[in-house]
Amino acid sequence: MEVLMSAMIGVLTSIGIYLILRARTFPLVIGLTLLSYAVNLFLFASGRLGVGQPAIVSDSSMGYADPLPQALVLTAIVISFAMTAFVIMLSLKAYAELGTDQVDGRQDEGDAS
Amino acid sequence: MNLLFVVLIPLMGAGLTAWISRFGRLWSAWMAGLVALAALGCLSPSVLAAFGGETLIQRWPWIPELGLELAFRLDGLGLAFTAMVLGIGLLVILYARYYLSERDDMGRFYAFLLLFMGSMLGVVLAENLILLLIFWEMTSLSSFLLISYWRHEEEARNGARMALAVTGFGGLAMLGGFLLLGEMVGSYDLSQILQAGDQVRADPLYTPMLVLILLGAFTKSAQFPFHFWLPHAMAAPTPVSAYLHSATLVKAGIFVLARLFPVLSGTIEWNWLVVGTGLTTLLVGAWFALFQHDLKGLLAYSTISHLGLITLLFGLGTPLAAVAGIFHVLNHATFKASLFMAAGIIDHECGTRDMRRVNGLWRYMPYTATLAMVAAASMAGVPLFNGFLSKEMFFTETASFLAEHPMGWLLTVAVAFAGIMAVAYSLRFSHDVFFNGEPVNLPRKPHEPPFWMKAPVEILVAICLVVGILPALTVAPLLQVAAASLLQEPPPSYDLAIWHGFGLPVVMSGVALIGGLVVYAERRPLFEIADQLKGRLDARAVFDHLLARLYTFARAVTGVLDRGSLQRLILLLLLSAIGLGLAGAIGSGSPLTGERPRMPIDGVTLFIALALALVSGATLLLHRLRLTALIVMGAIGLMVSLLFVKFSAPDLALTQLTVEVVTVVLLLLALYFLPARSPAESPLWRRLRDLGLALAAGGGAGALAWSILTRDYDPISDYFLANSVPGGGGHNVVNVILVDFRGFDTLGEISVLALAGLGIYAMLFKLHLPGPMHNPLGRPWNWDRHPDIMAALARLLLPLALLVSVFIFLRGHNQPGGGFIAGLVTAAALIMQYLTNGVAWTHRRVSSNMHPLIAAGLLVATGTGLASLVLGYPFLTSTFTHVHWPVVGDFELASAMIFDLGVYLVVVGSTLLILVHLGLMHSASHTPAIEAMRGTAWKS
Repeated sequence: MEVLMSAMIGVLTSIGIYLILRARTFPLVIGLTLLSYAVNLFLFASGRLGVGQPAIVSDSSMGYADPLPQALVLTAIVISFAMTAFVIMLSLKAYAELGTDQVDGRQDEGDAS
Repeated sequence: MNLLFVVLIPLMGAGLTAWISRFGRLWSAWMAGLVALAALGCLSPSVLAAFGGETLIQRWPWIPELGLELAFRLDGLGLAFTAMVLGIGLLVILYARYYLSERDDMGRFYAFLLLFMGSMLGVVLAENLILLLIFWEMTSLSSFLLISYWRHEEEARNGARMALAVTGFGGLAMLGGFLLLGEMVGSYDLSQILQAGDQVRADPLYTPMLVLILLGAFTKSAQFPFHFWLPHAMAAPTPVSAYLHSATLVKAGIFVLARLFPVLSGTIEWNWLVVGTGLTTLLVGAWFALFQHDLKGLLAYSTISHLGLITLLFGLGTPLAAVAGIFHVLNHATFKASLFMAAGIIDHECGTRDMRRVNGLWRYMPYTATLAMVAAASMAGVPLFNGFLSKEMFFTETASFLAEHPMGWLLTVAVAFAGIMAVAYSLRFSHDVFFNGEPVNLPRKPHEPPFWMKAPVEILVAICLVVGILPALTVAPLLQVAAASLLQEPPPSYDLAIWHGFGLPVVMSGVALIGGLVVYAERRPLFEIADQLKGRLDARAVFDHLLARLYTFARAVTGVLDRGSLQRLILLLLLSAIGLGLAGAIGSGSPLTGERPRMPIDGVTLFIALALALVSGATLLLHRLRLTALIVMGAIGLMVSLLFVKFSAPDLALTQLTVEVVTVVLLLLALYFLPARSPAESPLWRRLRDLGLALAAGGGAGALAWSILTRDYDPISDYFLANSVPGGGGHNVVNVILVDFRGFDTLGEISVLALAGLGIYAMLFKLHLPGPMHNPLGRPWNWDRHPDIMAALARLLLPLALLVSVFIFLRGHNQPGGGFIAGLVTAAALIMQYLTNGVAWTHRRVSSNMHPLIAAGLLVATGTGLASLVLGYPFLTSTFTHVHWPVVGDFELASAMIFDLGVYLVVVGSTLLILVHLGLMHSASHTPAIEAMRGTAWKS
């Protein structure tokens, strides 16, 4: 199971990073979103994996998943939404002001090095 | 208790003074005077004790782990400086009231002045070295504000920046020195440090520590080669020069020398460094003072020279020299402050301070002229004025060096030369300004200033005279206690009489007086030499050069890293992250895989993983078709929430699910304005390079996750699990952590959310973006109204959705749910109304102004915390009780739920704020287009 989880984190990171290296704003935002999935899963995984052990106190429970990473990730999900929103608005603003969605605001097409 | 308030009253009063000036400019002058008097009154109960030789120490813990205490100390030395700061401060407040013109903002001036006064009092009253340093830096900052008070003048801004750069550099050095000193002694308390002199002097780190502390003291007290900031600080209003640049701020460095004198002095390093610096400064200042044409420039260089004199005295290291030093500090403060005030009056009355134009003022303002000349005589060291007494002591001390050291005569000669120059520039101040012909082309006709503007000068000049004639009856007691606390032992006996009998000091005084007269009379050739030297010995040029080099270096570094390309910056960031990660992984030497027993792979997880890989791959391949990529990305979010369900995180699953809905809607709305496709523009090599990097980074992240997942660990969560029910009154530990154990973090997080919402609001404000009229294939936009069946269904669903969110909110403390999730559900439900029924329909029912909602949420959350503070518990302490509700049954009611309500409100408000304003942009962008297409029929 651990290998699947690690692989998923790796795949999401890779694709997120590939996308944030693109020259246009929208793929960049998508890439950031994927990266935040990867980071959230990674943080969550630091509490190790457990099946059927929600951190809800009851007499019948056999064990509990680590609640602390969960609490951290919960707020991280909400904050990453706010940040995604902020970045996409920033790109809208840049598009309106600069007339291009190239990440450096350059009018000519293509990548910069 | 009172010492703390002596410092706090001016600091607090600064704000009050700035505020009160809105009722009239003079109010702030009165207020500033009252504040200074209040501080003086606060000090008065302790004055007698300090005079009696007691050392008062009052302390409160601040950050005890760092050795930082709010500790204050009043002894004789502190008393002498406090008297100076408050006494001259009061006179300057009175003087500035008449000095500042109608155009100047008085409230701002007095606020800065009080800020400085409080900081300076903090320096002289601090018992803790770190505390002293904090106030020290505050004096640098408030001095910056005061020098740049006339901020429209470039000279003032540059002078302020230079002063801040030089003294700020010194402050950093001093911090290092203080830390070393504190570590040597094992305490930052002056009481302990002052007892540990032998230990400190024997320490191997003594010399670096000494150099660092001296750097701080020398930069502040304008010692050569850091003296150049002081003449440039003369761009400040003259009351500031009188207060900071003669009496107080520049004495702060001297104060530290005096305060640490028993600990640091008595070594050969101390003697050489301090005497050498003091002597050079004394000579440089005295020489340049004579050749200044600006009245304040002359006073500035003379101040440098006198500061050098005092430093030199402390450098000699003998107890008597230290007594002479502290005596000269007091005398210099009185005569130099009055001279600055006189210069300010002259400037005020004549409109210029250029001594080539200001001549013969005796005829126009004889009274002011008399005052200024008395003070100048004191500066020159003429008998019967206070400057003579301390200068005589100075000559005595340097002359005693003559007998003890083979090269001592050099010192005597140099000191005599400085004395001659001092007489010469004092003469120039008196003769050039008040006699020597007629005024040349003055902007206005000078006359005597108003009475109250002269009054502070009169008081100071009176002190010069009384102390000069009757030293034993006036200054002697204060000097005695100051010297005793400076030396930490009773000072050796000394005689303050005017006539000590015939000896070398008297000869030196005589030589200085006669030599000064001669030099002034024959000054023409000297001026020519000075003019020739002028361009070569300019420390400012060195400073500017160094600054320019620093800028060039910074630009070069930035230029290498940042070429205006985000892609390049990300690339550099990734490369360094991968490099560091690799270095760490290889360097650690521990195996990748840990010992923790692994879980078997089950079908569900395998399915989720495969689906995730599939949709991620699809996102990658389709990313240029933006709409498609976005929809596929939504599926990734769903897979992630399934993962959370699988691995026992129901709260996370719920949050991820709702956030996903909101995110996709948001990105869809935004995509409407952006191009629908990304052009294919990256060459193949570049895509391959990026792919390689992405794989390396992803592989690294995966490997890291693997090595964490396969290792056992020792969680700190047992505490939360054990205390959630008994301490927090909730069974859902995740929620209890959020709203109770780590409530403060959550408060910070909802503040971030609120700020992001407000930031977006500000960004979208008045932003106009045209929406597209057709899709990339050329198909025109569909202007149909919202589908009726869906609209009707959504309306029916709304109450149900709201009910669900209330349910999720209420059960959050014990079952998966809570404020975050309930807020997102509510937001999603409302957004659905916008989507299906249109913005106009929804706005008739729900206000679009979300700011009150966000504010209410933040207030509720903060209020819950404050309520516990009011009840005497730490911030955000929670309580809970069980109530029996009919029908529902037993119900736990926790105060943390009120906090959760705040979270809920902020989440709803921010989410809606973000989405609704983007939605409003939509209707703004396509309403005109629709109207153009359909005419007015659409409106009906």
